[in-house]
Amino acid sequence: MIDILHIILFVFLVAIGIAIIRLRDLFAAVMLAGIFSLLSATLFTVMDAVDVAFTEAAVGAGISTLLMLATLSVTSSEEKPTANRRQALIGLIVVTFTGAALIYGTLDMPSYGDPDAPIHHHMAPRFIEDSPEEIGIPNQVTSVLASYRGYDTWGETTVILAAAIGVMLLFATPVVSRRREEELLAPGEGSG
Amino acid sequence: MVTRHVILRSLSKVLIPLIMLFALYVQFHGDYGPGGGFQAGVIFGAGIILYSLIFGLPKARMVFRLRVLQIIMASGVLLYGSVGIATILKGGNFLDYNVLAHDPVHGQHLGILLVELGVGLTVCSVMATLFFLFTERRRREDV
Repeated sequence: MIDILHIILFVFLVAIGIAIIRLRDLFAAVMLAGIFSLLSATLFTVMDAVDVAFTEAAVGAGISTLLMLATLSVTSSEEKPTANRRQALIGLIVVTFTGAALIYGTLDMPSYGDPDAPIHHHMAPRFIEDSPEEIGIPNQVTSVLASYRGYDTWGETTVILAAAIGVMLLFATPVVSRRREEELLAPGEGSG
Repeated sequence: MVTRHVILRSLSKVLIPLIMLFALYVQFHGDYGPGGGFQAGVIFGAGIILYSLIFGLPKARMVFRLRVLQIIMASGVLLYGSVGIATILKGGNFLDYNVLAHDPVHGQHLGILLVELGVGLTVCSVMATLFFLFTERRRREDV
């Protein structure tokens, strides 16, 4: 039953992916990308990764859709058609090659839900067995994220701050006083 | 903008406080259910962005000043880092919350709460700032 659900969701994801590639209207493409994220979140929920699903729904379907729309309003919402067939062919070859390499990489990975998978035998048993006594909070994802891996989370927060500083450096312009701005907008009227 | 979208405006007036309240719930309930600082920050930021979409950028900028957001985003990382420094000063390793309270488990609770608060503050203000900067650029180029 769960397998059928997985397959249906994956088929939807592939269909939306193809639709995004074929669309020239970037507004519709952004909306489809948001639906793609929402479906991914559903997939994560079905796979019992609730925290990941939550993040995907909030970030992928929520904030990045909004930021993409804001970007479209700065640029253009229509993709320029490229007539260069050779460039397209090179792109197709690169994408096919990378995809094949990725699929080849999954061949020797343990199958989904395999209890003998290495990930379930390295650190996970330690976290599951000891975190109720050591940390004492029910959500072990939070225990790992904020305490056992606190250093990594600090790094991530710093990265987010650095990203914002980068955008501020690129986008923010020198501060113009309100009066000066009015003068710029209406020359001749704002003097005095 | 002011007279149109009456339904959107009145509905969002009800929704935005609920979204922000839900963000706070996600923030402080992260120990017991899914969620945490990052998700809470993103949801709170989405509430701010929704406000600026409905009521216009100038009004949103008056409520959420860019300078204040900058201070908040820096102080989030600072709060996270100072928890680490505090654990060093109390004799533990960096971000070893055990030493924060007399009982190691209580120390862990306190540490995680503060650290998640730091993440939430930074993420929320960063998301709002990114949106403001993007949309403000368009407004400037229009004139």
